[in-house]
Amino acid sequence: MRNLTNVSHKDKPLKIEGVGANKKHESAVQHVTGAALYIDDKVEVKGQLHAAIGKSAYAHAKITHIDLSAVKVAQGVVAVITVNDVPGQIDIGPVFKGDPVLAPIDAYVANSGVVEYVGQPIFAVAATTHELAKKAVLLAKIQYQALTPVLTVKEALAQQSFVRPPFSMQRGDAISAINNAKHQLQGEISIGGQEHFYLEGQISSVEPTEEGGMLVYSSSQHPSEVQKLVAEVLDIPLNKVIVDTRRMGGGFGGKETNAAPWACIAAILADKVNKPVKLRLSRVDDMEMTGKRHPFENNYHIGFDNEGLIKGANITVNGNCGFSPDLSDAIVDRAMFHSDNAYYLEQALVTGNRCKTNTVSHTAFRGFGGPQGMMTIEMAMDDIARYLGKDPLEIRKLNLYQQNERNTTHYHQKVEHNNLAEIIEQLEQSSDYQQRRQQITEFNQNSPILKKGIALTPVKFGISFTVQHLNQAGALVHIYTDGTIHLNHGGTEMGQGLFTKVAQIVAQEFQVSSDTVGVSATRTDKVPNTSPTAASSGTDLNGKAAQNAAKTIKQRLIAFAVEHFSITAEQVKFIENRVQLGEKELSFAEFVQLAYMNRVSLSATGFYKTPKIHFDRQTAKGRPFFYYANGAAVSEVIIDTLTGEYKLLRTDILQDVGASLNPAIDKGQIEGGFVQGLGWLTTEELVWNEKGRLLSNNPATYKIPAITDIPADFRVELLKDDPNREQTIYNSKAVGEPPFMLAISVWSALRDAIASVGDYKMSPQLDTPATPERILFAVMKVQQECSLKKLVKDS
Amino acid sequence: MTNAVRFLLNDEEITLTQFDPNLTVLHYLREIRQHSGSKEGCASGDCGACTVVLAELSENLQTLHYKSINACISFIGSLHGKQLITVEHLKPQACAANSSKPKQEQLHSVQQAFVDNHASQCGFCTPGFVMSSFALVKQKEQQKKQQQAQNSSAQNISRQDVEHALAGNLCRCTGYKSIIEAAISATNDVEVDKFSQNEQQTIASLQGINLAESLNLVSDNHHYFAPKSANELAQLLLEHPNATLVAGGTDLALLVTQQGKSFEPLVYLGNVAELKQLSQSKEQISIGAAVPYSQFTYLFEKPFPELAKMILRIGSTQIRNLGTLGGNIGNASPIGDMPPALIALSATMTLQKGANKRKIAVEDYFKDYKVTDLAESEFIKNITIPTLNENQQCKVYKISKRLDDDISAVLAAFCVELTPQAQSVASSTNNKPQIKSIKIAFGGMAAIPKRALLCEQALLGKTWQQSSIDAAKQALLKDFQPMSDVRASSEYRLMVAQNLLQKCFIELTNGVYDQKQVIATQVIDHA
Repeated sequence: MRNLTNVSHKDKPLKIEGVGANKKHESAVQHVTGAALYIDDKVEVKGQLHAAIGKSAYAHAKITHIDLSAVKVAQGVVAVITVNDVPGQIDIGPVFKGDPVLAPIDAYVANSGVVEYVGQPIFAVAATTHELAKKAVLLAKIQYQALTPVLTVKEALAQQSFVRPPFSMQRGDAISAINNAKHQLQGEISIGGQEHFYLEGQISSVEPTEEGGMLVYSSSQHPSEVQKLVAEVLDIPLNKVIVDTRRMGGGFGGKETNAAPWACIAAILADKVNKPVKLRLSRVDDMEMTGKRHPFENNYHIGFDNEGLIKGANITVNGNCGFSPDLSDAIVDRAMFHSDNAYYLEQALVTGNRCKTNTVSHTAFRGFGGPQGMMTIEMAMDDIARYLGKDPLEIRKLNLYQQNERNTTHYHQKVEHNNLAEIIEQLEQSSDYQQRRQQITEFNQNSPILKKGIALTPVKFGISFTVQHLNQAGALVHIYTDGTIHLNHGGTEMGQGLFTKVAQIVAQEFQVSSDTVGVSATRTDKVPNTSPTAASSGTDLNGKAAQNAAKTIKQRLIAFAVEHFSITAEQVKFIENRVQLGEKELSFAEFVQLAYMNRVSLSATGFYKTPKIHFDRQTAKGRPFFYYANGAAVSEVIIDTLTGEYKLLRTDILQDVGASLNPAIDKGQIEGGFVQGLGWLTTEELVWNEKGRLLSNNPATYKIPAITDIPADFRVELLKDDPNREQTIYNSKAVGEPPFMLAISVWSALRDAIASVGDYKMSPQLDTPATPERILFAVMKVQQECSLKKLVKDS
Repeated sequence: MTNAVRFLLNDEEITLTQFDPNLTVLHYLREIRQHSGSKEGCASGDCGACTVVLAELSENLQTLHYKSINACISFIGSLHGKQLITVEHLKPQACAANSSKPKQEQLHSVQQAFVDNHASQCGFCTPGFVMSSFALVKQKEQQKKQQQAQNSSAQNISRQDVEHALAGNLCRCTGYKSIIEAAISATNDVEVDKFSQNEQQTIASLQGINLAESLNLVSDNHHYFAPKSANELAQLLLEHPNATLVAGGTDLALLVTQQGKSFEPLVYLGNVAELKQLSQSKEQISIGAAVPYSQFTYLFEKPFPELAKMILRIGSTQIRNLGTLGGNIGNASPIGDMPPALIALSATMTLQKGANKRKIAVEDYFKDYKVTDLAESEFIKNITIPTLNENQQCKVYKISKRLDDDISAVLAAFCVELTPQAQSVASSTNNKPQIKSIKIAFGGMAAIPKRALLCEQALLGKTWQQSSIDAAKQALLKDFQPMSDVRASSEYRLMVAQNLLQKCFIELTNGVYDQKQVIATQVIDHA
């Protein structure tokens, strides 16, 4: 640079909007104008081809014959690939083997010719248009010899069909404690899975590079893994693959491992014909071919005293993992870690089974097994209350982890800084729980058809990847000579506002307006070896790494100023886009230019790794979580006992996000997470037929919440004045996943309303999702049991 | 006769003479015009990410009416004579370059409201929400204008208005709270936007498009017709007996986008004058087969208030802006929501083939699964619904997993005529009314929308009391053997059908014997 940009000495009248500000999402304006580019919106490059996938029609079958001749000569088709065209490694399993990029149909591959779920990719086509590619794949002639599929958890358990071995965690002797307790209860629950339904479906667009590599645009939460897998399937080194992710149209865990296959398939096609290839799944293909939240079938056996205090708990969680391990080991682990939710299980045994079935391989989804784990103990809380004739809230409060005793989990982590009692107390007051409980009881006595229910449920969610090495992050910060800042880090933006928050953190460090911090696409050539943006960890990890990079540059700037102006470090102050240098004052940009002219490096990388965490899977003991994110919700519902229809009348939420980095974004995460959880537990029903085909494979048959499904009265508050005691970024807490599980309050409120039909003497069975059908049948069961009891009594 | 489809794409005049009539508006925008602001979320009209707005001339050709539609299931030919407004076009025109302001983006007030209320997260659904809200703002503006002309006070937008306008837009990130707040603040903060400023110019441009003539696009590859009169349509269908009819296209387009099918010749019904007529009298209402729901629903409000409420749960605003009564009957789906109601209400329909017209009961139209009484080259002209006499009452219930924009598991329609009641009756059995006539029809219970004849028989002439209902419930079990599918099990369908009869009984009895004794039966205030 021979000349520098003219910069003003005058203060810029711009707000800093650093940490704690309600800063707008960095792309808000692009979102509302349609200018935000998603991968499918990018202008196509010369020679662009479009891919489509031929998929298995059987849940479990041997492919006896495959004839793709008609596909190859179809209009517009340029290339057709099967597993035999994969130049490198075939298996793209993220942790364990088991996920062939295309179904193995070749003799030399183990387990050859066997497809393991309906929708499994068998071959792929590249054609001149998306439509022609989709039409071409329909011309394949594939003959199958059907094998018996395993389609349910019960079948899998009976056959010991597992993707990974079972695992247990325990403290004390649960079985004896249960048997010695005054009362015992047992129960089981079937918990449905969930389709992610990110509005932007899976997509990847790849361009071969001149040095035999691949530039990959991927809608992925884990660009580094896409990079590694593309390199492996092409058998090229990692430094020849660049993955770029500017933004996703939603992820929710569905693009953690499940974004990679489409990048790999597009890359194999692109490599074969040396042309750019885009692979976008249609909604139906997306719903049939990609993994979902694991359905679980759990059971519990507990012993408790007259007050309802749990003395022993034996809980088994059975995750339906689908056909391959994918992330299921860690997901079922997290279900086990959260089988206590917020409660002290004096003596506990928690067992997790990873059932292998012939469905798509289920995968990460907001909460990562945690929600399914919590459901069992929350069910037990309701059941104990009904058994003892108490309000479930009383039982919940009684069993909470305590401060100085009764504070160790079944995996031997001490629950520190536990503020749940306080959160529940505040929420109970602010929501008028007790008064409304009374009003509801009165309402129900006078309303034969409609019944109301209310429930308050807490959430204690462990923050950190339970796989230790993933708890690291990198960042890259540049300052240019006009004083603007370029920010890059390993986290991906899927709508959660990560880029906005991290920009606020960097702005805070330099005390410059956060608008001058330019965010940029996540790229594997800028920050390498990154972890997935998952486990609610995005800001905790990348925020710290970016702060670290910013601090490095800041230290250099301060050192330079000390020398240049002969002042002390304390005399260098960054204040509102300006820098005070003893008596002197420069605008930030002027100061940066001065540093440049004096040959100070204005670029730095940053790194962070989470302290304190460890877990030994051999002994099932340790501290897998850096801290817990807590919250609670009260929901009130009304049900129609003739039809099972219901309406969510009101929800009050109090969530602990520590010292919020951006309250507006945090509230958005809480509201969105809650409503997503609401969908999981109510309207969203995955239905597979007896042949293993997904019937709910489009939005006409699979219903995520619409605008009229949210609570008519929806009050969301952040817990005040309670910064994270752990040294997280500005003492904030993670917020991505925890609010999802607040929706359990709705399910519990529905059970409360159903229980009213039997005068709260029975605890109704209510599997999820709680559709009108399930609610009506639950009501009828309570009615039948009541009239049966009455009959017995009368006779 | 004209041979070009002409419309405004934002401010640009477009003339298309050669095109595949199966081309969707979304495909045209994204792939041909590189307008990528409108997104494809599902390609089936279920998510609203592709929502665009149409400005249409009113009947007198003097004002504009704005409506939201799903671009993904709208065919390009249906744009003829309309302005297609996309999200890219919403911002005010760029200010002159002399602006001293930094390059701060100028936004439409709706867009600004979404920014200010943090109403976008991943942003993929946002253009659709913005466009649906924009349509609502423009409609509200128009209502205000009309009300001012009538000197009545203008109403601000309510949360319910917003919910109706946005129930066809799915968001997976925000939980909708911020979106509702944004839409309410946008609609209550209406400024004169460029669309209002340019309204006369837009009207003039649209008037310039020859709307008086039929469209006839025949080339080597493609056949597309948009006739203007019923006779013209009748003649076309005689000449092309295998032509496919399309009105709103909300069902047909799915075969194109989801199954890769292609339909030609394609005959668009939206311009056929006789199929667009509405009429009402004391005795009946009559609805042209090609009138979209959003334009005829008001006719039901007085004579059939419960049915009018149920109509608001058919599809979404975008779907109701396109979908028609003729289409809902014509495609003969066993889960269409209107046919059971029309059957219970003894509605009739007029069919035409060539110059021959015939009138049949809607009930007789449905023969078997997707098999109808419609002859080759015949078309549905209109549907007539007789109003109720003073002793008749109608109840309609829609049961689905999700409240809005969902397909029914069961739809039940009851039309009950009771003998007149003496004033101030005591609750003695003797004074209970008799069932003078009754029609009960269900959707989702059989391969066609079907009457519950045995159930009706069990009730006809009986006393309107619980024991009669109990007997009728048993009869209902013999009327239907519903299937289990993705929406509900056979057991649930049967159980809920019985319970809806019970509910109908409770609601029609509510307050009759004792005004104080009213049993609440509705968890939601519509159907």
